[in-house]
Amino acid sequence: MSADLSAAFRDPALADGVVRRIHAAATRPMKIMEVCGTHTMSIAKNGIRGLMPQAITLLSGPGCPVCVTGNADIDLAIEIARQPGVVLATFGDMMKVPGSYSSLAREKADGRDVRVVYSPLDALSIAEREPDREVVFLGVGFETTAPTIAITVQEAARRGLGNFSVLSLHKTVPIALEALVNDPSVEIDGFILPGHVSVVIGTRPYEPLASRYGVPGVITGFEPLDILQGILMLAEQLRDGRAAIEVAYTRAVSPEGNPHAIAAIADVFEPADAEWRGIGVIPGTGLSIRTRYAAFDAAKRFPVQPPEPRQPKGCQCGDVLRGAVLPYDCKLFGTGCTPEHPIGPCMVSSEGSCAAYYRYTDHGRG
Amino acid sequence: MQQDRILLAHGSGGTMMRDLIEEVFVADFGDAALERLDDAAVVEAPAKRLAFSTDTYVVTPLEFPGGDIGRLAVCGTVNDVATAGAVPLYLSVGFVLEEGLPLDLLRRILASMRDAAAEAGVRIVTGDTKVVERGHGDGMYVNTAGVGVVRDGVDLSGSYCRPGDVVLLSGTIGDHGIAVVSVREGLAFSTEVISDAAPLGALVHAVLDAAPATRCFRDPTRGGLASTLNELARASGVGIVVDEAKVPVREQVRGACEMLGYDVYQVANEGKMVAVVPPEQAEAALEAMRQAPYGADAAAIGTVTEGPAGRVHVQTPFGATRVMDMLVGEQLPRIC
Repeated sequence: MSADLSAAFRDPALADGVVRRIHAAATRPMKIMEVCGTHTMSIAKNGIRGLMPQAITLLSGPGCPVCVTGNADIDLAIEIARQPGVVLATFGDMMKVPGSYSSLAREKADGRDVRVVYSPLDALSIAEREPDREVVFLGVGFETTAPTIAITVQEAARRGLGNFSVLSLHKTVPIALEALVNDPSVEIDGFILPGHVSVVIGTRPYEPLASRYGVPGVITGFEPLDILQGILMLAEQLRDGRAAIEVAYTRAVSPEGNPHAIAAIADVFEPADAEWRGIGVIPGTGLSIRTRYAAFDAAKRFPVQPPEPRQPKGCQCGDVLRGAVLPYDCKLFGTGCTPEHPIGPCMVSSEGSCAAYYRYTDHGRG
Repeated sequence: MQQDRILLAHGSGGTMMRDLIEEVFVADFGDAALERLDDAAVVEAPAKRLAFSTDTYVVTPLEFPGGDIGRLAVCGTVNDVATAGAVPLYLSVGFVLEEGLPLDLLRRILASMRDAAAEAGVRIVTGDTKVVERGHGDGMYVNTAGVGVVRDGVDLSGSYCRPGDVVLLSGTIGDHGIAVVSVREGLAFSTEVISDAAPLGALVHAVLDAAPATRCFRDPTRGGLASTLNELARASGVGIVVDEAKVPVREQVRGACEMLGYDVYQVANEGKMVAVVPPEQAEAALEAMRQAPYGADAAAIGTVTEGPAGRVHVQTPFGATRVMDMLVGEQLPRIC
């Protein structure tokens, strides 16, 4: 996007008009969940919560891939990193996330070969450059990162690389949202749906939220005006008693999504059960590597047994991720758990809601 | 010098080291005090207060758009000395060279140091070299220490900020950090952003001429503007409120930060200065900053408030407020 165009999505005068319309539309209490961690950060960074009328509560959802990764999965990645000859390549976000007993950053300090990469293709290059090492890419993310990783696996197969594999801890969003709607401990009147994920999968996978459960959703982008526009469209649906999946991000999202990306995912991955921190196992929300690419599946190549996982005492990341409590309602927030000494992943990740509240608000600072 | 790269013997204390010192360091820096090759440089200093600072420079890659480790090592220490309201006069330079370092690369970096020192008006008067085995250093590490003479009547400290004071910033933020990370990682936007490494002594003194009651200067290097402002707020027991719309940021830098998940306020600068000035001298100080070298984009970005003490807040263009937080650990690129 050009500089001028993106500046338009930050225009204060336009924003002011949208905020006034939101206030007018908020005719009853509305609990709105922003699903995506990038939305959570943008809302915090732009102070959008402070612009909302009393009637609107913005809840942060499970859309931080690092945060929803369970301890058992983090422990598995750490155990693989400890295998002789292994280079564990990961996105930077995962480094500081605490597992049950350690973190990748700590393993690196202890001498394990853990490397931060910007793209899975960088991990592929390492595998080519260092043929005597076993390069494992830690695949954490949603539908946004899955296509690139699928293409990387296809590329590894094409090049016939024997020392490259992916530990797929991917998760898919829409069915997980249905699980949240069914959770009696959580009240959600509407969803701000993730922009990037929807560029890939389109709008259709969310339809059951509206048609089956009567919960509206609006897909939107990440600039402040995108988010305000999304909140306005949701508030108007709720005011009018409608429930539909709408798009405020028409410059990037089409109903059918990106067919090339969807095809790449379908070629390499198949749906599997996945454990979401705080929510539990949700059938069909994981992506495991198909048998025909089994040679590139780190879960199969490294049949390791990490120790029994444990949960940090008092950590409410799970409740935060479901929108059941706000970050500062957790007793550890800002006292036992800070970005310097994180107990749970929501305080570590750059997309985590605890990190967003801690970094950008006065909560938890004594 | 017969070799085209650094060998372990260049640090041995013998003839090869002598050749390196005489034919490369002394020849390239060309300073009278250095040419004497005595163990200590003897220099003139007025009978005044001295400002003295040291810093060690580690960067990969050694050369990047807009600068190199040598220019950083000169500008960084010169700027630290200047923040005390001092005129930087002399630098020492210590090198740790890695075996195998190409000599032409070393000479390019030395030439860059000489040019930066000439621009800053400082002399490199003493130095040292060590050579470490291949694999034990990232090409080279550089330490510089600098001495300057403090202007008469000037007393600056980060603890002097008072409510009502104005915070000035000499130009765009984040350029250095993004320039380095983009070449290091081969990111596509690399060509557009260059490091801002620059000596800011002239800018500091131009501001002091215009605003003698200036409270303090800080150069927001590692940790970025966020660390600098938080340190000032804490040291003075005051709050600071920054107007986000006033902070100059290049659009490419903003875009790169969004892509990488960085907070632009936490990204390093190497040629920027923050000044805190009393309100009645703010206009004159800002004008002086804008007229000074490297100050064309200077802006008044915020004000000092009574409280909350030690806290920095940012006012967004939408009238909302958030905290400007300090960097924790190192910046790591995000997933999506």
